[in-house]
Amino acid sequence: MSRKLTMLQAIREAMDQKLTDDPRVMLLGEDIGVNGGVFRATEGLIEKYGAERVVDTPLAESGIVGTAIGLALNGMIPVVEIQFLAFIYPGFEQVVSHAARMRYRTRGQFSVPMVIRTPYGAGIRGPELHSESVETFFAHTPGLKVVVPATPYDAKGLLISAIEDPDPVVFLEPTKIYRAFSEEVPEEMYRVPIGKARVVQEGSDLSIFAWGAMLRVAMKAAADIEREKGWSCEVIDLRTLYPLDRDCIIGSVKKTGRALIVHEAHKTAGMAAEIIALINDEALLYLKAPIRRITGFDVPVPQFSLEDDYLPTEARVKLGITETILF
Amino acid sequence: MTKLYQVLTPEGELAEDISGRITPDLMIDMYKKMVLVRTFDRKCIILQRQGRLGTYAPFEGQEAAQVGSAMALRAGDWMFPTYRDHAAAIVHGHSLVRVFLYWMGHSDASVCPEDKRILPQCVPIATQMLHAMGAAWASKLKGEQTVSIAYLGDGATSEGDFHEALNFAGVFRAPVLFFCQNNGYAISVPFSRQSASRTIAQRAAAYDIHGVRVDGNDVFAVWLTVQDAVQRARVGGGPALIEAVTFRYGAHTTADDPKKYRDQEVLAQEWRRRDPVDRLRRFLEKQGLWNDEQEAAWQRQVGETIESALAEAEAFPKPQPADMFAHVYAEMPWHIREQQQELQRVLNEGGMQA
Repeated sequence: MSRKLTMLQAIREAMDQKLTDDPRVMLLGEDIGVNGGVFRATEGLIEKYGAERVVDTPLAESGIVGTAIGLALNGMIPVVEIQFLAFIYPGFEQVVSHAARMRYRTRGQFSVPMVIRTPYGAGIRGPELHSESVETFFAHTPGLKVVVPATPYDAKGLLISAIEDPDPVVFLEPTKIYRAFSEEVPEEMYRVPIGKARVVQEGSDLSIFAWGAMLRVAMKAAADIEREKGWSCEVIDLRTLYPLDRDCIIGSVKKTGRALIVHEAHKTAGMAAEIIALINDEALLYLKAPIRRITGFDVPVPQFSLEDDYLPTEARVKLGITETILF
Repeated sequence: MTKLYQVLTPEGELAEDISGRITPDLMIDMYKKMVLVRTFDRKCIILQRQGRLGTYAPFEGQEAAQVGSAMALRAGDWMFPTYRDHAAAIVHGHSLVRVFLYWMGHSDASVCPEDKRILPQCVPIATQMLHAMGAAWASKLKGEQTVSIAYLGDGATSEGDFHEALNFAGVFRAPVLFFCQNNGYAISVPFSRQSASRTIAQRAAAYDIHGVRVDGNDVFAVWLTVQDAVQRARVGGGPALIEAVTFRYGAHTTADDPKKYRDQEVLAQEWRRRDPVDRLRRFLEKQGLWNDEQEAAWQRQVGETIESALAEAEAFPKPQPADMFAHVYAEMPWHIREQQQELQRVLNEGGMQA
């Protein structure tokens, strides 16, 4: 059976079901217990599972991540919530120096199966440092997996996969679409595989790659362009940023001969650069036009009076599509 | 709390009665282990000078702190050492071979024996304290009677993770021990510049956990203190912060020159008077538990043990370039597999040309 859920509800259901399913799973974070998390992602779970499994921690991000590493070493499966992605900076060392490297350093003897969930991205009129999109930091770190859902269905299935994954997963939840829409989500536990992209819409003239909240912007732009100019865009939700789904990306570019990447992270050394390099390696001679990227700008994410100007808009994406196809 | 707990004086006399608490056999065992690790440490410096080891972090002077604390643990307890705590790791069950391999830059070095829980030497400062806290918390949640011990130096007490770990430990009452070897210097910075608090142990009060300050060159005091803290922790008595006051005679690492930042001769001489190994030997000899003959025999055995471990380490199969790609993930992703193949292809072609 399925019902319509928002992404937040789907994420909560994934945690709820894994807490029931596996006694090793526990949640840790600031305000996640009694308060149910600042976005209410964990609402009701402390009542159901108790304060030993849904743990309000002291306000200390390194403490949360570092402690979770120890818990994972000793047989637990911690699911950490960091309130906002930029709040992870005090815990960054624990993520990159330890969580990502423990398996490697011990030649597989010790590992840290854990998930770091965090809302990320702009578009909710948040204060400074509540809107960052720095997925590159994690996608640049061998040993981590980086997952970004763009729909409620995927959010549930990907989070269940992340909790069951033997390696540490950074799970980035696009804040802007937490509650923006609902869709049918099956009640039972199901898995969406990590490392697999999804072709959201087939097309023949151009491949658009996006993830998180930007997927909706890409979809809208593609629909408008089709209506206005008759061009058909293939839209792909990458879902996992590290490791990338190479086959899906290259297969699509070989078919359409053109590519556009849309992300809200800063342009320089953003994920788009990596995707362009991948296409260059694997499908250069299929290209009919240079690959373009529509991204956030190389400025600190501005406060919200300029947030909409920072974020890629449908207009910018449409311009990118047009320039690529008319090249 | 600022009082320094001491049992065995530098002259090798007992400051308190320990009969029934430390058996003669245990005393001899402590001594033998301290001699082993001191000889090992000295050997490592020589090997580094010969270019057979990379940069090495010596611990001479800290034998009582490391050996005494590690001997107070049980086999199933979790140990989170720093890069200066190979003596503790060896005592808890790590092999000399692997410790040699670590300083030889070998990728297999941090694998500990299957039934041991000794984590890799931690390089970032104080970060391992949180891992120990988490592992201890898991023990508590699972109802296991195991404890976790994190080793740290005085410099670590300035790091945020030190405070976060103590705070978490206090809040969740985990069976975790934070064992600080205050050797007076964080590389070149003296403790007076590291912290305005007169002792490290007094910091325990801020987190409402058990805190003890102990003569780190007194193996009896260290062992009794850690033993007591371990027993408390095992039965739900919560965490402890132990400050073992000690000194490293040598450099921070073989890449460092301590003469630049401390009066090496005066200080080292002063601390030699309080030497942990000599102190115990004086005591054992006075008790008739040790003599020159036993010393010579043990020195010989230690020498052989170390030479044999070194031979094994130097004969250890050299890692293959392909090995660097293993164990990044449980399952190798496509891009790492292809990079592995790419390197192999180049190596193969290079081989063909040669």
